Amino acid sequence: MDKLLHIEKMSHSFGGLQAVQNFSLEIGAGEIVGLIGPNGAGKTTVFNLITGVYKPVSGRVMLRGRDIAGEQPHTIASLGIGRTFQNLLLWRHMNVLDHVKIAHYSQVTYGLAGAFFGTPRRNRQEREIEQTSMELLKRFRVDHFALLPVGSLPYGAQRRVEIARAMATRPRLLLLDEPTAGMTPDELKEMIGIIKGIHADYGVAILLIEHRMKFVMELCSRIVTLVFGEIIAEGAPMEIRNNPKVIEAYLGREDIT
Amino acid sequence: MVYFFQNFLNALQWGSFYALIALGYSMVYGILMLFNFAHGDVFMTGAYIGLGTALFFTMIFSSGAVSVVPGWIILVLTILSSMALASILGMIIERIGYRPLRNAPRASAAITGLMIGIILETGNLAILGAQRFSFPSIIDTVTWEAGGIFFTNKKILIVAVALFLMAALHVFIKKTKWGMAMRAMSYDPLAVPLMGVSVNIVAPMTFAIGSGLAAAAGVLYSMAYPVLDPMMGVNLGWKAFVAAILGGRGSIMGAALAGFILGFIEIFVAMIFPSTLRDLIAYSIILAILTFRPYGFFGQAHSAQLRL
Repeated sequence: MDKLLHIEKMSHSFGGLQAVQNFSLEIGAGEIVGLIGPNGAGKTTVFNLITGVYKPVSGRVMLRGRDIAGEQPHTIASLGIGRTFQNLLLWRHMNVLDHVKIAHYSQVTYGLAGAFFGTPRRNRQEREIEQTSMELLKRFRVDHFALLPVGSLPYGAQRRVEIARAMATRPRLLLLDEPTAGMTPDELKEMIGIIKGIHADYGVAILLIEHRMKFVMELCSRIVTLVFGEIIAEGAPMEIRNNPKVIEAYLGREDIT
Repeated sequence: MVYFFQNFLNALQWGSFYALIALGYSMVYGILMLFNFAHGDVFMTGAYIGLGTALFFTMIFSSGAVSVVPGWIILVLTILSSMALASILGMIIERIGYRPLRNAPRASAAITGLMIGIILETGNLAILGAQRFSFPSIIDTVTWEAGGIFFTNKKILIVAVALFLMAALHVFIKKTKWGMAMRAMSYDPLAVPLMGVSVNIVAPMTFAIGSGLAAAAGVLYSMAYPVLDPMMGVNLGWKAFVAAILGGRGSIMGAALAGFILGFIEIFVAMIFPSTLRDLIAYSIILAILTFRPYGFFGQAHSAQLRL
């Protein structure tokens, strides 16, 4: 019960393809866990199962003691799981500030009358939302882009906007799908700093899919390796790095026959 | 010149109907990337609902043959209740017609609209029979004359109510959290649930608003042309659809503006040419406009997002 997320024997298949098999994982509050594995191992499917895009065929997904398997994505989001996407899911022509403001949707309490007549309550809430949104943008170093359409930003900045939007929903668990894909080494370094920063300040737990070992090694306290939908190894970064099964999955077996 | 201004006023009224209906087409397209081809028939149903509510309110507020409340109160109640009831109809159409087909091929969802339209038309025939109904004159027509131009209170009221509703829609989309969610959904529906917003709230809301506006158009239209007919939504609906395309898919401003432009083109063509040639010439002009502006006035090549 003290675990934030507790996944028990979660399985899923697409037609005949067993995409995820008996996946079990525990994440404590404020922990950073890495999910690695070769292409097609089912990492993104695990994210989609946790966030309700797919309903697991079997198994349980417990979030703070409540089974969320099969719940609607918007329900799961409002229960405290935020995520980003490998290919960025941004509203390209909407400006950066509006992205983060929309993420405050569930915190808005003024109604129609408030919006139409500009009641003090609306003005106060809008001001607060704008202020917290700008603070968040500053933290992700995209505040100077606030009024530009997201599509016009450099790639690395777009990734940061996506994480900022996810953080604006105040999640307890943040799922990051390859947050450094396509980034330059400098942007990578910046991203490590940002993630460490939000982790320290908000105490949010993070589960991240990543291919760059440097990134995973530096951030994660624990790493899970997924191959063909099954966990083949789990442990501290150094253990995983030297695990022969993991090396085999990534580099192939040395068959001399 | 007097003749011109007289027709200018007529064109404003005629364009109000197109604009109000076109908004519904454009909003639904912006959000779900499909045209709700039942929309013209929602306009028709809205007019009939207006007939029913107008008769109802006239009845409960009269003692003997005299009405105990002024006509404009009955009119306001009629418009509001018709909009509310048509909004529910819009949500039902979304729920049973479109939601089950959300992941189906676009063509299937498109013909859903046509079928719902036919059901509304023939359902109306089945329930009310083939005779035509005339819409009660809720308020007395007052005519003013200024410099040879005749204004009626109804004409001014129709244009004013239409403009008011468009302004209200603008504020709704721009300022409310639901409006913002609608815009977000039109950019990318997949990211909307991550914000804790259900697509199954935003989509019915869009249908409800579009249908409410169409019903308002239906009541206003019936005030100007008080003969109701189950097929009245077909012609007007298709033309309003033209206005939605002409304005640019997803554009609120575009749909409203193009609705009025369509009204102007039709009225002024009829001013110069014989009225039998009206649509032939008017829609040839629109075809020519689209040749030069294939995405409409405010449309964009690669997107049809809901925008103001």
